[in-house]
Amino acid sequence: MDMQRVERALEKLKRAVGIGMKRITMPHGIPGHSLTQVEREAPQEEPPAWPINDELSVVGKSVKRLDAHAKVTGSAKYTSDIRLPGMLFGKMLCSHHPHAKVISVDTTAAARHPGVAAVHLFGMTDSKDDRGQGEFPEITFAGQPIAGVAAQSLQIAEEAVKLIRVEYQKLPFVVDLEEAQKKSAPVAFHINVEEKFSDRGVKINGNRYGPWYGKQKGDVKRGFADADLVVERTYKTQVQHHCCLETHGVVVDYRDDGVTVYASTQSTKNVRDGFARTFGLPANRVRVICEFMGGGFGSKQQLGRTAVMAGYLSKKSGRPVSLMLDRKEEFLSAGNRSNSIQRLKIGARKDGTLTAVELHSRGTAGVGRSAGVGNVARSLYPCANFYSEHYTVLTNAGPAKPFRAPGNVQGAFPVEQLMDELAERLGLDPLVLRDRCDRSEIRRLERLRGAEKFGWSRRKVAGASSGTVKKGLGMAQATWPKMLNLDSTVEVLLFKDGGIEVRSGVQDIGTGTKTVLAQVVAEELGLQPEEITVRIGDTLFPDGPTSEGSKVTGSITPAARNAAYKVKRQLFEQVANTLGTEASELAAAEGRIFSKKEPSKKIAFQEALRMMKNTQIGATATRSENYEGKPVSEDLGSVQFAEVSVDTETGIVNVERIVTANSCGRPINIAQIESQIEGAVIQGVSYALYENRVMDAATGHQMNTNLHQYQLPFSMEIPEIEIILIESYDAATSTDAVGIGEPPIIATAPAIANAVYNAIGVRIYELPITPDKVLKALNKI
Amino acid sequence: MTAGTVMAGVNAFGSEASSASEKDNAIGPEAVPIQLTINGVLKEVSVEPRETLADTLRDHLHLTGTKVACNRGSCSSCTVLLDGVPVNSCMISALDAVGRDVSTIESLASNGELHPLQQAFIDHDASQCGFCTPGMLMSCAHLLQTNPHPTFEEVKRAISGNLCRCGTHPHIFKAVLEVADKQKRK
Ligand code: FES
Ligand code: FES
Repeated sequence: MDMQRVERALEKLKRAVGIGMKRITMPHGIPGHSLTQVEREAPQEEPPAWPINDELSVVGKSVKRLDAHAKVTGSAKYTSDIRLPGMLFGKMLCSHHPHAKVISVDTTAAARHPGVAAVHLFGMTDSKDDRGQGEFPEITFAGQPIAGVAAQSLQIAEEAVKLIRVEYQKLPFVVDLEEAQKKSAPVAFHINVEEKFSDRGVKINGNRYGPWYGKQKGDVKRGFADADLVVERTYKTQVQHHCCLETHGVVVDYRDDGVTVYASTQSTKNVRDGFARTFGLPANRVRVICEFMGGGFGSKQQLGRTAVMAGYLSKKSGRPVSLMLDRKEEFLSAGNRSNSIQRLKIGARKDGTLTAVELHSRGTAGVGRSAGVGNVARSLYPCANFYSEHYTVLTNAGPAKPFRAPGNVQGAFPVEQLMDELAERLGLDPLVLRDRCDRSEIRRLERLRGAEKFGWSRRKVAGASSGTVKKGLGMAQATWPKMLNLDSTVEVLLFKDGGIEVRSGVQDIGTGTKTVLAQVVAEELGLQPEEITVRIGDTLFPDGPTSEGSKVTGSITPAARNAAYKVKRQLFEQVANTLGTEASELAAAEGRIFSKKEPSKKIAFQEALRMMKNTQIGATATRSENYEGKPVSEDLGSVQFAEVSVDTETGIVNVERIVTANSCGRPINIAQIESQIEGAVIQGVSYALYENRVMDAATGHQMNTNLHQYQLPFSMEIPEIEIILIESYDAATSTDAVGIGEPPIIATAPAIANAVYNAIGVRIYELPITPDKVLKALNKI
Repeated sequence: MTAGTVMAGVNAFGSEASSASEKDNAIGPEAVPIQLTINGVLKEVSVEPRETLADTLRDHLHLTGTKVACNRGSCSSCTVLLDGVPVNSCMISALDAVGRDVSTIESLASNGELHPLQQAFIDHDASQCGFCTPGMLMSCAHLLQTNPHPTFEEVKRAISGNLCRCGTHPHIFKAVLEVADKQKRK
């Protein structure tokens, strides 16, 4: 770790004085708008800059997914499909109580049950000495796993867990965010702040944990005093579940000479490292494989208890164990988006200048610790006076996990509705208000192009629509930072018999990472993506980034391109003589290698491979820091426009159309980017109108732990979605690519809420916008 | 039981699969041998009466293209055709499929040639994580079989029970309509 830091510092120092660096000219800005060329300092071994996509052959095109064939034929093997010889099925016993002490556990009958091969209890290691001693972990939510069994079939395992007897000492509990903050509320569970958290000044008071402050600025009191108009409102957002179609789970094959873990995970390396730590193994003895994953959306980034349980069951039984959560367990323990109550106050002058922004937020992550709501107002609308304060409230419910644009989705709902309200009261168009207080050039363009496509000029004043079914138009916008993971490595191999292979441990969450890698390498080698074999999702290969924060494409593609460039130059060295030229004179395009000076000196790429001295050559490259200069030009904005109809008799809101304008860096695969955006928008619609975890305060149980009571959108609820992509170049890396899985979900709910207001003339401050809330707002119930 | 006492049963750790005599003690009805017609082929399997068709396909016949996401009839990931009609295979007992024709996603392509819908799904990037894809395809295949020229509304309705969490719907609509359109022109 320390060595890494030293190396990074050294790297920075070298850069500062220009050692090992070269100057390259790169495209920068938005084609057709602000495109220029800039000079950058890039590491010596990296390739020259690509021109913009128009001049490239496979990057920026809608190349078909390399693994689509496996997906449409059903041959793609997900973790839940893994069947190994002798494999057992695991099942866990989960607590029925939301808060309890476990006094004792009797597994006798379960272990004797025919077909059962292993039993394990959490809180114990597998060494004999630990049996029956020590404390069991405290039960902090209903659904917390306590014990597990592995048996010949899932049915037997299910029978066996029912035979486990647990003696509990029940404790008082609280599951509601508002209840939990009351003085009289029971303590959800104890945490030792000092020990676990280094945050200075963060305290635990009852169930309230915090405060955390945003980056404070100026003096809000003075700011509000300076305002011509101050608006203050309270907003609520609900708990949303990831609902990955493939639940969390693993197959663990624990052997003396090494462990293989098939995991449905967003991070093969996190699972490897976590597993190795838990079981006291060197990381290289743990191999993690994830070729296909049935969705993650943020919830599958860490090892998780399921994998630990399966590890012990496999170790004890000496056989591979498959342990997949069932749907109910998935709801209870696999993660969710934290809810929030946010009190937001904004002051403005008549011309729309913001004078102060103040936010007080509370949220619960259940037994998790992080229920933040982002810093949306501050990043969208710079204001001289800013104050924010957040508390995370502990409750007896399953832990929140990161979920597609965590925090910002919750945080945008108040900010973008309040901006809409401000605009109306100041007599400004919502777009004009934003033009005045949002400094982002790219969002200005997104507003402009989006408004035109959407037909924003059709918008009437709120409540002007006649009839029982009222139409409304609304808009909102979002920001998301470009983040990266420097621990992203790719190996590119060339084989004498014609094979070209890309290898990385990175997993594909469904965004199309394999295809993107093939495109980048194909572009560099002058080949077609179908000619490239991509092997990913296996820790035998160099580590790739975790699928989080929309980091993958921006982190892994420069590494892939750089590796391809390196190996290409090795190949050039080997064939230069035959072509009667210098390696430095050679280029690769359209399946050929040729001399740039004398194009008649050429050879087919495949022919060149056959001339290689060895069976294979390869090169590995790792993501370098962003090139010098301001690291990134703009945040990944998204501006969305929503058209809704509201039935004022039933209260049903129907989202008819969404127009979404998004900046996307250098797009690698247009079709895949559009898929991502549509997916994000649909999840945003769903967050706005349908999804909601319902907890029963009396029992502490979640009431809707299946896919029909927990409401989700199906085909009939899908709006028309139109996408505007804004290609933009940062001149930051060898590919200038970025991931865009998260930004387009953020603005959807507030855009819909603003459209609902525009339709009926009454505002809804709480998500989801269900018929009862609409009817209540209309004073009809 | 006293505080901290735990289980005698840990002795079973590492024991091999249960022997035949242990099996005799098993709770519940015995597994019974049945014959199922899967993708036109007669298969012998031994299943417990409580087993669903989905589990039998996946665990005994290793036809894992059929996915189980809710195991409760609410997502249609497990859609197969039973005598040509789409059903949720997680809601049907394997015994009830005896004597009937079961078609799974594995049979949609014939002789190595993709069904036009499969090709259209590829062309339109209609799968992201791909977990809902087999069920979607089975529902769509049935639609085109019974209604070769569906309207947009009919396409929507045909998959209105199929959950896709990744939000591939717009691309699926396009894919299905394109195939229908091509069929029309033929
Ligand atoms: S798995 Fe059968 S309907 Fe969901
Ligand atoms: S593609 Fe992931 S659920 Fe449909």
